[in-house]
Amino acid sequence: MSVTERDVGSMSQMQARSTAAIAAPRLAIRNLDFFYGTNKALKGINLDLPDKQVTGMIGPSGCGKSTLLRCLNRMYDLYPGQRAEGEVLMDGQNIISSDVDVNDLRSRVGMVFQKPTPFPMSIYDNIAFGVRLHEKLSRAAMDERVEWSLTRAALWTEVKDRLTGSAMGMSGGQQQRLCIARTIATRPEVILLDEPTSALDPISTLKVEELIDELKTEFTIAIVTHNMQQAARCADQVAFFYLGELIEVAPAAEMFTAPKQKKTQEYITGRFG
Amino acid sequence: MSESPHIVKSFTQELDRLRDQLTEMGGLVENQVALATQAIVGLDPAVATQAVQQDKAVDLLERQIEAAVIRLLALRQPMASDLRTIVAGLKISAQLERIGDYAKNVAKRSIVLGQFTLPFTLTGLATMARLAQDNLRLVIDAVGENDPAKALQVWQSDQAIDDLYNSIFREFITYMMEDPRNITPCTHLLFIAKNIERIGDHATNIAETVYYAATGVALDDDRPKGTDAAAYAVVRPHGDG
Repeated sequence: MSVTERDVGSMSQMQARSTAAIAAPRLAIRNLDFFYGTNKALKGINLDLPDKQVTGMIGPSGCGKSTLLRCLNRMYDLYPGQRAEGEVLMDGQNIISSDVDVNDLRSRVGMVFQKPTPFPMSIYDNIAFGVRLHEKLSRAAMDERVEWSLTRAALWTEVKDRLTGSAMGMSGGQQQRLCIARTIATRPEVILLDEPTSALDPISTLKVEELIDELKTEFTIAIVTHNMQQAARCADQVAFFYLGELIEVAPAAEMFTAPKQKKTQEYITGRFG
Repeated sequence: MSESPHIVKSFTQELDRLRDQLTEMGGLVENQVALATQAIVGLDPAVATQAVQQDKAVDLLERQIEAAVIRLLALRQPMASDLRTIVAGLKISAQLERIGDYAKNVAKRSIVLGQFTLPFTLTGLATMARLAQDNLRLVIDAVGENDPAKALQVWQSDQAIDDLYNSIFREFITYMMEDPRNITPCTHLLFIAKNIERIGDHATNIAETVYYAATGVALDDDRPKGTDAAAYAVVRPHGDG
């Protein structure tokens, strides 16, 4: 897709949003089950990821929130014995069906992990690497894409003079923002963040949170976090998972002031027994 | 929603402590209102002075509660029912402080009233004060027990106080028209009645806060209310206008 087409597309989406208060879901998860071998890790999940909004996923370890995230870009495909049943609909297409091209899917649904995972190469090449897999760009166009990605990831001014330097020499916070830049470089529609700040200091964390806030004007975002305050700060809607089930989903302000389910209440107030 | 204790025990202890401070403050204010009522009914300046002096302790508790709330918000970053309870604590203490002020004001005016011989009884005012006291007692119980049912009961029963206030208002205007010497005491009595009526309103506000803190649901604006037309009535002497 050319830049122009995409721009026109996002323009019409913006117009659509201004007329409809509730964004249509970018991803619609329907009756999703997930298995690690015979162990059922997700049980009948139904959840919408509204377009250009942040969905926070919370719950205790092992509740299935990261598993769900891994379903959204078929990360589980890499492991034998893991399978999903049900539907994850993107533009009406079930992305967990076997006829979907996984590489294409992952360029549309990008992912950032808990620990920064820069490639052992230059800052520039960290960004360009993924783009080259999907697009043939001229040198000038690639330069532009790298600058765009780093700018969107609030990293450009910090690294513009050392683009050829190794990414391994960056601070942890910078590395994580580089990973976010790398993810948005392929111009995905959805960004999945799996505890993106758990290894970062508070200031780097706030920078990533500010980044999330800016990125949601263009991307649909899902973030898994153990930090309740982070979910409260970043997310538009929050989903609470427990033992592989989606217990409650609500706007963040409602979730953290007056959740409907007792289980949610106990979890977010620290009364989990 | 019955709450199990926090994983962090000291948090539960701090929440319990906040509730204790609120009930302590509530008890003080309740007593202050009782003293003020006694001061008007018995026109007893000693009791009135006691009510006035108690205000300092009430104000001190309000400041302590405010400090506790700010501390809890900063250090515990509470969520859901904890957040509602803590914010409610701040609001309730402010309401109680206002009730204390009204009681103090009533007590002070009772001292002035003592200098007059009243040619009428204060039965209506005493009844109104008793109703306000009843509501205050019930709402403080609701605070202590985090009981939305009791809060709802208070919220629904403020109308009786308002109705009495409206009839007392007319009554005092009539006394003033009958004899200009009644104007000074009746003006004080009108303020006293208004203060008691406000005490009832603040008890209702506390009830709303308790209800929200306990349930997460805000009570709507459709509280049972009578017409307050009488309070805005223009009363004219016979043959005038």
